[in-house]
Amino acid sequence: MPFPKGNAPSFPARYRGCPIIARDPESLDIGKITFIPDSDVRYSNDYRMAAAKREHLIITKNEKVLAAALNREMLRIFGRSLKLRQVSAGGCNSCELDLNVLNTPVFALGRFGIQFVASPRHADGIVVTGPISRNMREALLKTYEAMPGPKIVIAVGSCAISGGIFLGSPEVSGGLETIIPVDLFIPGCPPHPLTILDGLLRLLGKIKS
Amino acid sequence: MELFNGGNIALTDVPLLTAQEFRAEVIRRCRLDARLINFFGSPEDRQDVRLFAILGEDEGGGLQILSTKILSEYPSYESLTKDLLQANLFEREIAEQWAIMPVGHPWLKPLRYHANYRGVPDLWPDIKQRTIPGSYPFYFVGGEEVHEVGVGPVHAGIIEPGHFRFQCHGEEILHLEIQLGYQHRGIEPLMCGKDLKRSVLLSESIAGDTSLGHSIAFCEVIESLSGCLIPSRAQAVRAVGLELERLANHVGDLGAMGMDAGFLPTSSYFGRMRGDYLNLLLSLVGNRFGKGLCRPGGVLFDIDAAMSNEFCRKLKEYKKEFDSVSDLLFSQSSVLARFEDIGSISMKDAKMLGLVGPAGRASQLETDVRINYSSGMWQFHHVPISLGVTGDVYSRALVKRQEVLRSLEFLLKILPSLPSGEIFTPVTSMAKDTLAISLVEGWRGEIAHVGITDAQGNLSRYKIKDPSFHNWPALSLAMRNQEISDFPLCNKSFNLSYCGHDL
Repeated sequence: MPFPKGNAPSFPARYRGCPIIARDPESLDIGKITFIPDSDVRYSNDYRMAAAKREHLIITKNEKVLAAALNREMLRIFGRSLKLRQVSAGGCNSCELDLNVLNTPVFALGRFGIQFVASPRHADGIVVTGPISRNMREALLKTYEAMPGPKIVIAVGSCAISGGIFLGSPEVSGGLETIIPVDLFIPGCPPHPLTILDGLLRLLGKIKS
Repeated sequence: MELFNGGNIALTDVPLLTAQEFRAEVIRRCRLDARLINFFGSPEDRQDVRLFAILGEDEGGGLQILSTKILSEYPSYESLTKDLLQANLFEREIAEQWAIMPVGHPWLKPLRYHANYRGVPDLWPDIKQRTIPGSYPFYFVGGEEVHEVGVGPVHAGIIEPGHFRFQCHGEEILHLEIQLGYQHRGIEPLMCGKDLKRSVLLSESIAGDTSLGHSIAFCEVIESLSGCLIPSRAQAVRAVGLELERLANHVGDLGAMGMDAGFLPTSSYFGRMRGDYLNLLLSLVGNRFGKGLCRPGGVLFDIDAAMSNEFCRKLKEYKKEFDSVSDLLFSQSSVLARFEDIGSISMKDAKMLGLVGPAGRASQLETDVRINYSSGMWQFHHVPISLGVTGDVYSRALVKRQEVLRSLEFLLKILPSLPSGEIFTPVTSMAKDTLAISLVEGWRGEIAHVGITDAQGNLSRYKIKDPSFHNWPALSLAMRNQEISDFPLCNKSFNLSYCGHDL
């Protein structure tokens, strides 16, 4: 697909995109919800939800703040070549599969200079899925520490952002930010591949808000 | 005491045997024609634990339940594993969850690294303190020329975590040990309690690629416990969802296997085609994995005539594409050279391990819940079983290919003729002190959920069995004396769930 050029991508009517907040002062934390069918929530067809700060995921009636590009120095280094390492820290596999699909010809992540690499020593950024189970915590930290700086951190899915549906279990954390600083949050359960791609491209300044 | 898939039984009616009788009876039946479908503990008063064994007779479709009581003063019993290998992981799980010692278990090691549920001292003293299971006692082969290869938990690709420890002599694998538990999220305790709304969401995330398989099993348990018969139209929509899930995953697997054999064209084609099936689920449910479709009482989304026609039209095109791309894959001699005679599991070994799903069927085992324990739409529309002969990577790929064709045929039959009526009926309160079981043929194999209610009619124990729980040991066995460079391909030919095992 020509994304991000060409016509805006179309989604089927039942797709549950960004929720619509009807009136002030109501708000909804899209980093916590799991986008389930709910008579109290109206969903739009809008797939663009990635944010650079956790508080921007608490949406209100006003226009939401989408992720902006990294600062100039980071863009100079990563803007045309970003190597990412993926760590699944207790994910149920739906976020992992929809990340994997970005490498297939339909989305073709490689044409933006973004590539998933096999070792954290080769990586510029880490993409974390899952609610960070207790048993994966040390592996995640070791992978993060093995990445040479400067490095960026991306949390994909409601589990990685807030613990998602597992929040409250003693076996998981309350979100990636409780462990390492995060540069990009991509909400969803799982986020549609275009939501992830949109977020990555915004971070690299290839889509401007 | 015999039940059928989706049935329930009062706890007082489940036979309660002594530990010796229980052990003897389970082993005797499994030596004849039964298979161990589930084996778990459930808490009783005073920190006692009742062990339940669910045996399935694949030929007749009957399920039998036996139980024994383990008293808190004597938390041990004689292990079944040395005489019944199928009990292996179940006993390790019981040991970890309830701190009950299976005496004589030949391979007693932790499974998921968590504190036990009884609040008594764990069988492994410092299991709570370990943040990673780094001190797991791997089986070790000594000798100067032998080397150990450790892979994981963080793997090279975008995939779930698990640790593989190979004992190798040159390229040859002498022994592979698979150590999981990294994905443990503590789902089973979270499933119980009063809030069924959260439980169904958890069931969709046990294994995200099997959202429909597990959520259907959960809904059927709740419906059984509350005596609810869901409308036939809802059964049909659930069946459509489950088969679409099967299609997406099998097609994706064939693509991944082609890639691991070094043949890229089909991996690109199949990767795109997998997305086609996920997009059908997206149109139906609003989520590519079907999360949000099934709820106790039925389904939340309907398939009207326009959608049914559209799906049929697309599925016919997808079938043509699938036929030509799979012909391309299976006709390459270089691919066949990578697939054939690699990672073979004999029928005898498959039976001994209690393999389920396509992996079991690739070794000639005739187990398929849709046929043996049919419920829902599969009672009315028969899906012929897909069997392989050689039990190698080729056989598993061939079974997946056949199952794609069978699922496409099934969908093209039921979509034009969905039963009329409602898609949802409200669920009332659940029976008290009752056990219900539901089996579903997920795309990896047999899913078994068991729910037990307490005297108030709330869930007091929920036992989830993902098909991977049976099949992980098969991967270890399949790699014996194989070359380590064939491991990724063999792993993909099974494509088991890490999080389904870890829960």
